[in-house]
Amino acid sequence: MGDTMTPARDDAPASTSKHGDEAAALAGGPGESVTAKTVTINRPRQELYDYWRTLENLPTFMDNVEEVQELGGGRYHWVVKAPAGAHVEWVARITQDVPGETIAWETEEGADVPNSGRVDFRDAPGGRGTWVTATIAYDPPAGVVGKIVAKLFQREPAIQARRDLRRFKQLMETGEIATAARNLRQLAEEMD
Amino acid sequence: MRALAWHGKHDVRVDTVDDPEIVNPRDAIIKITSTAICGSDLHLYDGYIPTMKAGDILGHEFMGEVVETGPKSTLQKGQRVVVPFTISCGSCFHCSKHQYSACENGLPADNQDIAQTAYGHPMAGLFGYSHMTGGYSGGQAEYVRVPFSDVGPIVIPDGVEDEKVLFLSDILPTGWMGAENAQIEPGDTVAVWGCGPVGLFAVQSAFLMGAERVIAIDHFPHRLDLAKRFGAETINFEESKTYEALMEMTGGIGPDACIDCVGLEAHGFFADNVWDQIKVSTFMATDRTHSIRQAILACRKGGRVSMPAVYGGFVDKFPLGAFMEKGLTLKTGQTHVQHYMPGLLNAIMEGKVDTTFLISHRMPLEQAADGYRLFHDKQNIFTKIVLKPGMDLAA
Repeated sequence: MGDTMTPARDDAPASTSKHGDEAAALAGGPGESVTAKTVTINRPRQELYDYWRTLENLPTFMDNVEEVQELGGGRYHWVVKAPAGAHVEWVARITQDVPGETIAWETEEGADVPNSGRVDFRDAPGGRGTWVTATIAYDPPAGVVGKIVAKLFQREPAIQARRDLRRFKQLMETGEIATAARNLRQLAEEMD
Repeated sequence: MRALAWHGKHDVRVDTVDDPEIVNPRDAIIKITSTAICGSDLHLYDGYIPTMKAGDILGHEFMGEVVETGPKSTLQKGQRVVVPFTISCGSCFHCSKHQYSACENGLPADNQDIAQTAYGHPMAGLFGYSHMTGGYSGGQAEYVRVPFSDVGPIVIPDGVEDEKVLFLSDILPTGWMGAENAQIEPGDTVAVWGCGPVGLFAVQSAFLMGAERVIAIDHFPHRLDLAKRFGAETINFEESKTYEALMEMTGGIGPDACIDCVGLEAHGFFADNVWDQIKVSTFMATDRTHSIRQAILACRKGGRVSMPAVYGGFVDKFPLGAFMEKGLTLKTGQTHVQHYMPGLLNAIMEGKVDTTFLISHRMPLEQAADGYRLFHDKQNIFTKIVLKPGMDLAA
């Protein structure tokens, strides 16, 4: 045991670090705020990857994503809900694509909200389904004020990412997304 | 349709509201034929459960006829079903282990935040029991939307009347699981706190599981008489000192297993309880807990404590020292209703479990608000009220 030995970092993911700099290091592309969440889904890895990789599917479980359209060449046009009935748009391109494992994307110049992210699919230990980890880095719209406004409307990406992952899990495990709406009118109100 | 809605503490009303519809593929719509008021509905009535909203439709013990089915429902129109109070998907890790009340997909994604914060994890959805449990409309109504109808409801054979099977929805499986969690061994003496419906079913279940003796504890004479009917010995805690009585009735050893069927509204005229009430009224604590403390102190060394009773928040003065030093085992949890329904339906059909003895009153749905008041104020007489949407008002 040499006295030059430095204490090893623990095994906890960097996204759970108490030190902001480690969490920030997760972000590869544009964006200063980072959020990462993992959910276990009781379905095979490839099936989950396939559904997500068809990016047009994202609006089925991502509450704020209204539309994703393929432009060709790994580029996609996103339309996303913003507070007060507004919309933000961007074009993002796939930067990494490993079938059954990883999808990463990054917005191009001129995005309303520059962001980058990745989703990783790993086998859960003991044959208990798949760990799905979504990591999103973004620049809050109009700086700090935008983030406060966004939070008021519960559009804050950390909350949104967690809820979107839960909906993805519900859709993949049960074939539907749980709602307490008693009828279609209430469901439509919830969607607004 | 007409439905019983919560409007605030001690304020429930039968309102006219929008009918339910099929929303998701696995849904079914049930026309309610019988629905009961549960002791835990009184927790809502008394305002102990947070995240209630005015207009929420209550009721989680109900049955009826299938009138509409979504494309992925396995039910058929015209079938009679009893619906479990837990809303569970049947396909997540916990459901695959039959831990239905821990289902990961029963709650809408947005509602999961509340339970995640309070308990560390979201739980299954529940019908008619606050927004923390999903905000689902309950079954004290003419119709109800039942999600995951291919997993939850159990089909009842023709010719079996509602009242025999209605309690498969909650209290019978809850009493049964309470006894099962007590891991009863032949020769055991089992003490049951609370002779409400769950306690009375726990008494019956304990005997069926091989208990030598069951000692039932309450302060309502009528409820203690019902426990006696099933062979239990009784302690009226207003007449006798519970701990001392339990010790003398077990030769100083204590009950081998203790089942707390009282929960967060435990009454009692003891100093620690008064302190609890003060704290509840000042939001310092949410659960009043005399019965579970007494169960832990009375339980024999190395014994088992089972807690089917509902607790929702935090307690202090939990006798952790007694719990550790005596090497007790505590098992608890919301009921995994779907797991127990088939076996208990058989037990009812074979006459092994008696359920109808419990029902003291039947009322039209229109009189549900009176039902709540009477059930709340006169527990000795009103052991169980069944509401019937179709029942004649004049009856």
